[in-house]
Amino acid sequence: MRYLLIEDNQKLAGAIVERLQLDGHAVDHADRLDAASACMDVADYDLILLDIMLPDGDGRDFLQRQRRAEKRTPVIVITARSAVSDRISLLDLGADDYITKPFDFAELEARCRAVMRRQGGAADNQKTFEGTVLNLTTGALQFGDASTNLRNRELRLLEVFFAAPGQVFSKSHLIDRMFSFSDEASENAIEVYVARLRKRLEGSGARIETVRGLGYRMIPA
Amino acid sequence: MRVTDFALRLIAAVTLWSGAAHSFEVEDRQVYTAVAETSVLRVISTADKAVFEPIIAAFQQANPGISVDYTITGTTDLMQAIYEEGAVFDLAISSAMDLQTKLANDGFAQSYSPTNAASLPDWAIWRDQLFAFTQEPAVMVVSNTFFKQGEAPQTRDALIALLRENPDRFRGRIGTYDVRRSGFGYLMATQDSRTSETFWRLMEVMGRLDAQLYCCSGDMIAEVASGKLALAYNVLGSYAASEQAKTEGFHIVELTDFVNVMLRTVLIPANAENVKDARVMVDFLTSLRARPDLADKTGLPPLDASALQNNPALRPIRFGPGLLVFLDQLKENKFLRSWENSILQETP
Amino acid sequence: MKQPTSIRKRLFFQLAAVAAVLSLAFVMVVRGVASQAAEGTQDDILAASATAIADSLTSEDGKVTLELPYSALSMLGTINEDRVFYRVMVQGETLTGYADLPVTRSPRRLDTPAFSTEIYRGDEVRVASVLRRVANTATGSEVVVSVAQTRSGLAAISRRITITATSVGLLFFLLATTLSLLAANSALRPLRRMTGAVTRRGPSDLRPVTAEAPKELVPLVDALNSFMGRLRSSLSRTEDLISEAAHRVRTPLATVRTQAEVTHRKLNKPEHKKAIRDMIRAIDESSRSAGQILDHAMVTFRADSLALDPLDLAALINETCDRLAPTAGLKDIALLRELPDRPVPFNGDGIMLQAALHNILDNAIKYSPEDSDITVRIASGSELRISIADQGRGFGGMDLKDLTTRYSRGANVGDVVGSGLGLTIADEVAHAHGGRLELSHSKEGQGACVSLILPYV
Repeated sequence: MRYLLIEDNQKLAGAIVERLQLDGHAVDHADRLDAASACMDVADYDLILLDIMLPDGDGRDFLQRQRRAEKRTPVIVITARSAVSDRISLLDLGADDYITKPFDFAELEARCRAVMRRQGGAADNQKTFEGTVLNLTTGALQFGDASTNLRNRELRLLEVFFAAPGQVFSKSHLIDRMFSFSDEASENAIEVYVARLRKRLEGSGARIETVRGLGYRMIPA
Repeated sequence: MRVTDFALRLIAAVTLWSGAAHSFEVEDRQVYTAVAETSVLRVISTADKAVFEPIIAAFQQANPGISVDYTITGTTDLMQAIYEEGAVFDLAISSAMDLQTKLANDGFAQSYSPTNAASLPDWAIWRDQLFAFTQEPAVMVVSNTFFKQGEAPQTRDALIALLRENPDRFRGRIGTYDVRRSGFGYLMATQDSRTSETFWRLMEVMGRLDAQLYCCSGDMIAEVASGKLALAYNVLGSYAASEQAKTEGFHIVELTDFVNVMLRTVLIPANAENVKDARVMVDFLTSLRARPDLADKTGLPPLDASALQNNPALRPIRFGPGLLVFLDQLKENKFLRSWENSILQETP
Repeated sequence: MKQPTSIRKRLFFQLAAVAAVLSLAFVMVVRGVASQAAEGTQDDILAASATAIADSLTSEDGKVTLELPYSALSMLGTINEDRVFYRVMVQGETLTGYADLPVTRSPRRLDTPAFSTEIYRGDEVRVASVLRRVANTATGSEVVVSVAQTRSGLAAISRRITITATSVGLLFFLLATTLSLLAANSALRPLRRMTGAVTRRGPSDLRPVTAEAPKELVPLVDALNSFMGRLRSSLSRTEDLISEAAHRVRTPLATVRTQAEVTHRKLNKPEHKKAIRDMIRAIDESSRSAGQILDHAMVTFRADSLALDPLDLAALINETCDRLAPTAGLKDIALLRELPDRPVPFNGDGIMLQAALHNILDNAIKYSPEDSDITVRIASGSELRISIADQGRGFGGMDLKDLTTRYSRGANVGDVVGSGLGLTIADEVAHAHGGRLELSHSKEGQGACVSLILPYV
């Protein structure tokens, strides 16, 4: 996915960019509104992450301008304000969702997915491996005539394998990708979810192989 | 010095006392000893023993501990005794309203509010010192031989006319008080003179007819009853009424133009010693109306305000400083001179 | 300690004191005037009496003589029963009357009577004397006629007037005092009304006082309003400051957290990973608490001036569920909604209700196991019941009554972070709407059920 991050705090922006890139996303960063507009003129983004307080204006004005210009790129506002009234006014201004600082990237990712699902722009956000198609937004898994919807964690796990088929992922890495920090996760949990995925993938062209001592990888069936 | 002084004072005291003892004339004195005597009430009065005895008897019945020392004297003597001689009495009863008024006015009476004060008419009490207990009209008594019942004149004007028209018939046959000798006569005459000018005309006429002058009502009534007098003017009504029960030959006429009503009064002298019993007697006397039996026995008509209302001719003599006027020596002299000039005429 | 002074008392006592002074002055003046009038009347009658006597003076045989007119003395008896004395002196010799009557002030002029007050026969007497010249007399012509009267009638009149005046004065005083009390009360009524208007306000109602104030109170009201204005702006500055502070803290926290996540991903050693994870959790916990504290403050603030907007509760619940669905999804928790298709109208404060629902749901998500359901139901009868049931640990066998009490308004907020404060917020929202929060075990047999019960207004 391609994100546009509009955030004036350089440190935070840097951290967010690095964090999103870890999950394989492309991120452009603008630290001012005019820079953001410039970015949007030259590129299409799947999603905009917008901070409110910016040196050359209020993020809410930018939001309003976007909506008036009929630009439908989903916007998730990153706000430092947690009061309900502030959040509601953001939604009224046209934000698709908001997330309060500090935030869990797992949650951010879930919200992005939810926003994109609502936008209907989910169709092209999918990956194929050996005739098996995984929609990263909706979690739909298709092979042959079969179609099933993955649950959230299953999707997040499978997404890792689809991103790099054949690559071996350690259990520890998979835990990082699958669980949020509030969850108490164990390596056993990975085994449970891998077992579930194998069941989901039965009859497809893909299967998950255990690489003893190293982890798991997805290979053609 | 001291001995002489004391002696002088002693002599003075003795002469004063003996002088006091003898200067006012005591007509009679009677002590009514109580059944169980605890105190003595000394009364000086102008009313005869016979008149007052029933009252004393009734009083002692109600108050068996009080003996009554009853001294009878004339109105002037009573005045003199208290006013000039400082004689000590607990009660002074007199028919001379003017003199009683002077006693009260000049400070010889003490105040008391009778227990029945509220039921007494205003004109019956003066200064809470002088209490009226009878109302006695001055009336005319006429002889039955001269006048049939109802034929006697009813007004002074009618009387004057009658006398003028019949001088021969009435010459020497008319009687009235000698106001020089009778306090009651003087009071009535002066009140008459105040009330109406007819008084002097009447005196003139009576003088021309050689009016007979008397000291007392009793004498006049006797002479009228015997037919010696045709009529007597200004007779004490209460006396006439009680005489009528005993004596034939006269009847009483209350004139209709006006009738002076004399009030017999009682007062407690300022120097009274037995004030307590004196007050009991005052209460008793002012309540006489409640004892019609006594009125019958004594002939003293008790206070009766309703009688005055029913007969507007009745005029009770009002208490007040006005009564002092005719006691003024100059005034009295003048009055008596006028009276003498009217009534003492040489028979032509 | 000094008692606070009471305006009412002071007003009352001052008015009463004025009334007392006026009453006293009234009594004195009436007494003075009346006794003067009575004395004057007595003097007039005495003078008239003396004049009448003087008028009847004549000379006879070269001597002064007198025929005392009846009316001269009787007129003195008409108004009272006082004792009367008189004395007629010709060239200083008593002609008639009371020879010992003291006459200390002799009239000097013919037409002016002289008055004096003497003691005679043990009583105070008023003496009026007139001077006459009688012509054609050998012995001389200066005649002084004095008439005296005791003054007990006067004293009685004076006593009567004093009693009447005193009663009237007392009555006036009582009346004035009563009126003073009423006046004091009525004068202070606007003050009491304003006090009431200010007292009835909620703790955060800082709108200017608009109660009608009398002119004298306008400066006070203005001062009060200006004070409240300053307080209001100070409060809003404080609020701004708090959210500004939150903002300032949240951005660096976000940076740290993000960097921690990056670091966490790069680290391999489990003990290092755990340290970073603990750090991130601490950050999350404090962020969550800060959010709840701000929510709580907001709810408390809004509760004092509750907005009653027409709302659709179903939409409100849907919105909140939508908002929290991604969070729930992280744990594979499904938010099941058993809501009617039609709108559920309710008059209330949408922001507060959303805060309540958000906190209840947030709690439920936090304490629910993965792969579980949270059911949101709405039931309407005589009152609205929004219940949120989870399949979590429930209330761990705790006495539910205790829980409700513990989380009720005013419970200690400082040491209760997390779920406690979340329920407290919900409870306060319920109470602000005249409703209540009910905690029970889920119908499903395990887990908790939190019900927000709202009466229709």
